[in-house]
Amino acid sequence: MATLKEVKSKIGSVKKTKQITSAMKMVATSRLRGCQNNMEQFKPYAFKFTEVLGSIAGKSSSDASPLLVPREEVKKVVLVLCTSDRGLCGGFNINLIDKTRKLIQSELQGKEISFCCYGKKGRDWVKKSPHTLDLEFLDVVGGKIGFSHASTPGQQLIDSFLEETVDEVYLIYSEFQSMARQEPRIKKILPIQSLADVVEEKPAEADEGFLPEHICEPSSDTLLGEMLPKNVFIQIYDALLQTSTSEHAARMRAMENATKACEDMVAELQGIYNKTRQAGITADLMDIVGGAEALKG
Amino acid sequence: MAEKLFLEVVTPQKAVVSEPVDSVVAPGSEGEFGALRGHTPFLTSLKLGTLRYTDAQGKEQHLFVNGGFAEVLPDKVTVLAESAERGSDIDIARAQAAKERAEQRLANRAAGIDLLRAEMALRRAIHRLNIASARK
Repeated sequence: MATLKEVKSKIGSVKKTKQITSAMKMVATSRLRGCQNNMEQFKPYAFKFTEVLGSIAGKSSSDASPLLVPREEVKKVVLVLCTSDRGLCGGFNINLIDKTRKLIQSELQGKEISFCCYGKKGRDWVKKSPHTLDLEFLDVVGGKIGFSHASTPGQQLIDSFLEETVDEVYLIYSEFQSMARQEPRIKKILPIQSLADVVEEKPAEADEGFLPEHICEPSSDTLLGEMLPKNVFIQIYDALLQTSTSEHAARMRAMENATKACEDMVAELQGIYNKTRQAGITADLMDIVGGAEALKG
Repeated sequence: MAEKLFLEVVTPQKAVVSEPVDSVVAPGSEGEFGALRGHTPFLTSLKLGTLRYTDAQGKEQHLFVNGGFAEVLPDKVTVLAESAERGSDIDIARAQAAKERAEQRLANRAAGIDLLRAEMALRRAIHRLNIASARK
């Protein structure tokens, strides 16, 4: 059985761990609020953009932009993987990486795959895997995300798609569903799925507003050509915001569980401590009683 | 004209303007255009420049927009910009510094710099400074 001193120092160390985990939980909670706020701020833009895009998409021909045309033979695929920079957030990164691995093993079997990584965890995994790493962005997810973080690599991806060095681009990110649920998702961003999909995504009640024919300047096809790349940036930006929010939510939960586990452990150790202490006292008493008995005799 | 036109300027970061206005003048890619209430539905891309509008109090306001799109409906104007700043939010010192840096780059024409980028930076800086000084 452990000595009193050992148990006591163990209790001390678990209590300190608990302090750290509960502090991390509070940090994650406040960051989460910031991220959720960013997501809310972005919504009107994304909403309006889809609305406008939907309204010109309806008028343009389906092959208005080369970004819409799927390749006959898909050889090279780029995966945009959004993960967090830091760990201690439960299965968050592992879930994302698992999803990626499954995608590679099933649909993308035998294709040349390279990565564009946001976040250190995903990058580290790619470095160990046989795939090539094209681009990496650290300190973006979970921190301050600017629109340029999405548009710069987005433009590069579009350029290489147009140069035909890349045939398909997938986005892997974590969708923020609620505080308790974050789901890894895969979205094909290039070639852009047929315009009918974009139009479908548009909220139903918005239809009424678009009955009047718009005058377009420049032509609707040119406008569409300008809007489609933006649509890609918006999807990447949205993925980054959602991944960040998910990361903080996942960390908050993980830290909450850790804090609870610490509490349980302290209670258990305190029990052992009390028992050990009592056993010591009993042993001492026995000695004294034994000694007194011996003197009497 | 008692009825107002509703102006909304949204960026990915936040909604910059959302208020009823009397008139809007925006830098369309094919030329500057003005919109009053009752304008025919109209969709255009924007170039970088100054968006002007007369607010409900009849005061003229200036706004820096960095490209984007505008949709005009008879009672509403929506501007989707990658970034937009009110005159009061512009950091004059920073814009001034950016202007000097861009000018220097363009003047030197050193190898390895992106001329187009420097030019865009210069234009952004000049527009920002104009808007900021128009407020005074």
